[in-house]
Amino acid sequence: MTAFSWNFVTDLRAMWQYAFMRNAFAAGTIVAIVAGMVGYFVVLRRSAFATHALGHVGFSGAAGAVLFGVNPVFGLLLFTVSGGTGMALLGRRASTRDIEIGTVLAFMLGLGLVFLSLYNGYATEAYSILFGEILGISDAGVLLTLGAGVVVLAVIAALYRPLLFSSLDEDVAEAKGLPMLALNLGFMVILAVAISFAVQVIGVLLIFALMVTPAATAVRVTQRPLAALLVSTGIAVFSIWAGLFLAWYEQYPASFFIVATAFAIYLMVRGGQAIATRWVRPSFPGVGTDSSVGAESA
Amino acid sequence: MHATVLRAHPSERPEIALRADHLEVAYRDRVVWRDATFQIRRGEFVAVIGPNGAGKTTLFRLLLGLRRPSGGSLEVLGEAPRRGNPRIGYVPQRHTIDNDTHVAADALVRLGYSGTRWGPGWHFQAQQEAADAALDAVGASDLAAKSLGAMSGGELQRVFLAEALVGNPEMLLLDEPLSNLDLRRSRELVEVVHGLVRSRDVTTLLVAHDINPLIECLDKVIYIANGNVATGPPETVLTSASLTELYGVPVEVLHDSRGNIVIVGGENPHE
Repeated sequence: MTAFSWNFVTDLRAMWQYAFMRNAFAAGTIVAIVAGMVGYFVVLRRSAFATHALGHVGFSGAAGAVLFGVNPVFGLLLFTVSGGTGMALLGRRASTRDIEIGTVLAFMLGLGLVFLSLYNGYATEAYSILFGEILGISDAGVLLTLGAGVVVLAVIAALYRPLLFSSLDEDVAEAKGLPMLALNLGFMVILAVAISFAVQVIGVLLIFALMVTPAATAVRVTQRPLAALLVSTGIAVFSIWAGLFLAWYEQYPASFFIVATAFAIYLMVRGGQAIATRWVRPSFPGVGTDSSVGAESA
Repeated sequence: MHATVLRAHPSERPEIALRADHLEVAYRDRVVWRDATFQIRRGEFVAVIGPNGAGKTTLFRLLLGLRRPSGGSLEVLGEAPRRGNPRIGYVPQRHTIDNDTHVAADALVRLGYSGTRWGPGWHFQAQQEAADAALDAVGASDLAAKSLGAMSGGELQRVFLAEALVGNPEMLLLDEPLSNLDLRRSRELVEVVHGLVRSRDVTTLLVAHDINPLIECLDKVIYIANGNVATGPPETVLTSASLTELYGVPVEVLHDSRGNIVIVGGENPHE
């Protein structure tokens, strides 16, 4: 291992001599792009709790897969996709079904615990499912992630406008003839796939850092949907890269640095905006005339 | 239901925009209202009035093809109601938009224009021009880049109106657009809507709680109460005799010195 230098190209070249680091960067970048994009719709649709819940449902799936000696990602996919389908069928807005989701979620976590207790080496397996193992991704894992990422992005591109419309203005979208149930179902499946692959990188418990934090930051930076998608993706990718970079030189888990980077960006944006509205009070001539008209009528 | 389907060429709009004949709607076994027979002519501005739960929104759901009538026939713009009819613009009562919706107004209006089409939308210029024109038509050009979450009730209603208007519909259905506005803001919005009705010849149905901000511009009133529907010019429908018959209990229509109307006795019929 070489020492840190401010020449990032040299640093990267040093890291990329190792296959596990190349895989970490590759899989991490794909997962970040997908999570940043899907996350924007999660924020628009207020589906943060559903995202959280699907991650936990995935935990049981991964634990079950470990027990049966299958690649955990297939257990994750099976459980999150069926969980997401169930949520979509449950109601038009899964996020408003907190109670039902929470009830099923608790049971699923219990199930995951049983799977793990039946498996002997459970401590390390549980740890990597809960917190992610970005440095342990195989070549095959990268290819699988790439395939899933391409499919998810293609589906998002195809559904972009109807999905945006139904997320933003449900009743009008329905009256305009959009298939609401199919769109909801489609989105939950996309979300499930995105979560399943993000879990390998960041883990079940830290999934919010990739699926929600970048998008929540992006909508504060720009109100244009396409720009927000790009900013959200940019923040997610930057967080992964910064996390891997820091984990290479400091012996703490990469997941922690990824989460910390995303959170730091969020704090900076919120803080910056608080300062801007407090001290740099802008006047908007011609916008929001409600108060001035009200004063005139008083 | 045996509505005659007359497929009109877009350039020759039907003279009768809306035709209901002994129309009845029910949720399971409970009849919401029955025996509604009326016609709305093209370009008329119509208020849909009545107490809470009378079935005003239900009428819109019938027109939008989101619900089937349980009896009678209904014809919208010369054809049977169908979901996704691009000739109708709709502003629902409740929106999923609130303070946490950090999305620019023109993005929403663009979706009103092309939100039902698949793919990411490469013809961005055409979408943006349509959105700008619609926002301009409701006097909201200055709101184009403003975040929906930061808007006042009156600003939001204008944007929703632009979203409904962007496809150049022949009919507008506006569900309670005035409900959260003060009297002054209500009158401003009614003026905008009235202007659109007259300049574009767009048939407009507007659900309202209070008839007073609208009374001067209306061509017709659809009054729904107690399972019955009465339709006609405001001066015929909004009378003590007509509303007493509609509610089935004594109702009095009072006029103040400025021409405002107060309806007494109908909202809480004691029996």
